[in-house]
Amino acid sequence: MSHLLEVNDLEVKFGLRQGDLTAINGISFNLDKGERMGLVGESGAGKSVTGFAIINLISKPGFISGGRVVFNGRDLAALSEEAMREIRGNQISMIFQDPMMTLNPVLTIGTQMVETLLAHRSITRAEAEAISLKKLKKVQIPSPEKRLAQYPHEFSGGMRQRIVIAIALVTDPEIIVADEPTTALDVTIQAEIMDLLQQLCESEDTGLILITHDLAVVSQVTEKIAVMYAGKIVESGLTDRVVNDPKHPYTQGLIKALPGSLQPGARLNQIPGMMPTLTDIPPGCAFNPRCPLCEAICRDQEPPFIPVDHMTRMVACHMVKPDPNMGTR
Amino acid sequence: MTTEQPKPMKSDENGLLALKQVVKHFDISGGLLDRLRFEKGKIINQRTTVKAVNNVSFTIAPGETFSVVGESGCGKSTLARTTLGIYPPNSGEILYRGTRIDNKNAQQMLPFRRKMQMIFQDPYASLNPRKTVMQTLEEPVVFHNPSISAVQVKDRVAEVMSQVGVDPKWASRYPHEFSGGQRQRISIARALMVDPEFIVADEPVSALDVSIQAQILNLLMDAQAQRGLTYMFITHDLSVVEHISSRVAVMYLGTLCELSPAKTLFDSPRHPYTQALLSAIPKLGRKKSGHVKLKGEVPTPINLPSGCVFHGRCIYANPRCIEEIPEARSVENKVIVACHAVEEGRL
Repeated sequence: MSHLLEVNDLEVKFGLRQGDLTAINGISFNLDKGERMGLVGESGAGKSVTGFAIINLISKPGFISGGRVVFNGRDLAALSEEAMREIRGNQISMIFQDPMMTLNPVLTIGTQMVETLLAHRSITRAEAEAISLKKLKKVQIPSPEKRLAQYPHEFSGGMRQRIVIAIALVTDPEIIVADEPTTALDVTIQAEIMDLLQQLCESEDTGLILITHDLAVVSQVTEKIAVMYAGKIVESGLTDRVVNDPKHPYTQGLIKALPGSLQPGARLNQIPGMMPTLTDIPPGCAFNPRCPLCEAICRDQEPPFIPVDHMTRMVACHMVKPDPNMGTR
Repeated sequence: MTTEQPKPMKSDENGLLALKQVVKHFDISGGLLDRLRFEKGKIINQRTTVKAVNNVSFTIAPGETFSVVGESGCGKSTLARTTLGIYPPNSGEILYRGTRIDNKNAQQMLPFRRKMQMIFQDPYASLNPRKTVMQTLEEPVVFHNPSISAVQVKDRVAEVMSQVGVDPKWASRYPHEFSGGQRQRISIARALMVDPEFIVADEPVSALDVSIQAQILNLLMDAQAQRGLTYMFITHDLSVVEHISSRVAVMYLGTLCELSPAKTLFDSPRHPYTQALLSAIPKLGRKKSGHVKLKGEVPTPINLPSGCVFHGRCIYANPRCIEEIPEARSVENKVIVACHAVEEGRL
């Protein structure tokens, strides 16, 4: 069975003077056509690095040190920069957190959209402009003809993010990687942008990898979810199942720590301590010093990533019982 | 306790803290040359002001957690700073236990400063990187009690540090040696050092991860239970607000739209803006249930809309809303709403 995107045992390291630092430590997941997946975790868990690794855009001193990113049968991690440029921004687009940093402040948004198209298609400028106009309409920008000639500073934050989405869509990509697309926005604007993104992905059958720290946003938009902790995926599966019945103690802690799940005024369930920095990840399971279920084995052995819950999800925890037919691995 | 206990002051119907018709505008017109404009054959000198807070009134009762919510640019942080006298209001009154504090000079403010402290959003920016934790924490105590002995200060620092969950052994370290959550604990310790009664917390958990956010919120709730603190909590995170607040004020474009007990507000929001705001909160595991979409965008606080500031985006707006500014009125059990539609019974 082949998927649109298959990430296999991906490993990303950063070469530092003191030695290599492992930011992503062997993660695997896949995405089918039109599927929406959430990648959640706290700061420093490696979510953004994963996003960049997919489009092979890890900047020095970082590098992909192992594993494969197979997209339509081709391993992106092994592609030349030239071949990668054909795919990046064309078949796989990326949306970043801060639209003001993403857009070029000295070019009109029309220029920026047309530029993207001309870089990837052999079409005329007039054709490119027509496509840009169509995409601006798609993201519900009022009076798009006029807006094409305007500069980013003439738009509000929410409108800018719509334009970034329009630019990401302009080449009809198969996958959009959205890294915290609404974190910089207000909650009413966030709701609108997430609605828009979901609706566009559905109508164009575009795959979405939504990278965010906000479990609530992920639970509303995605079908699948992967929870990251200290450079690894600790739990993945169908969003509904993971959110309503988390198996990994970290996922459980994260969901219980949300204020919305309790009686107002009650003490929140906190996870003690904090995520280890990449330089001193504890031996065994990286979560063991904060884990309420920790036993001796957790401090010695790294837990395998195994299917549980009748194969509907994968969990990396010694304390979670594997499916009986799996035996011991 | 090594610091002096605050003298009991009279508390009246004004509660602990009361704001009356507070207005704060900022003049952003710049120098003379920036202000001059040529219009209809005349040179005119035009000032530009940002109307950040307009006619806001409310009372905070002792021991409660009063939250102010709203989107970026609605004036909630300005309101927090004006309340503490960091910005002088343009007009209106601020009363602390019935005493006006908005017209006091720095010297006269000193006794009030000890009772009113602030916690800021970004613990990376609010702690002086060149001071050790000890120096940061002892400064307010020594400033307000010049006669206090060095030993007493040390004890006090150690006591408060352990209360906020930072090992007192780390007092000689610098802020960069701590994580974001630890730093926020230190900022909370700094506010607690002088035994305040009232703390204004401006987005205290917004910069923190979920698991750390829960730790800090628990700490704030514990401190409140132990010390009988009163909080004014400024935030845009509505699920945090629902969890910790006793009453909530909703602001839009510098104006108070609605003020209700937290439970009432989240169960049955009255103001159309509050309804839109609450419907936009993403809820865990609940699929989208159609949020109220607002038309248009937030206008600029430089040119406020006439009448109700929300009328341009409100689906219930009628001609009266465009002309007349709605007054904040109590509608029923402690709910205050500034909306013509609610007043007229249309909503």
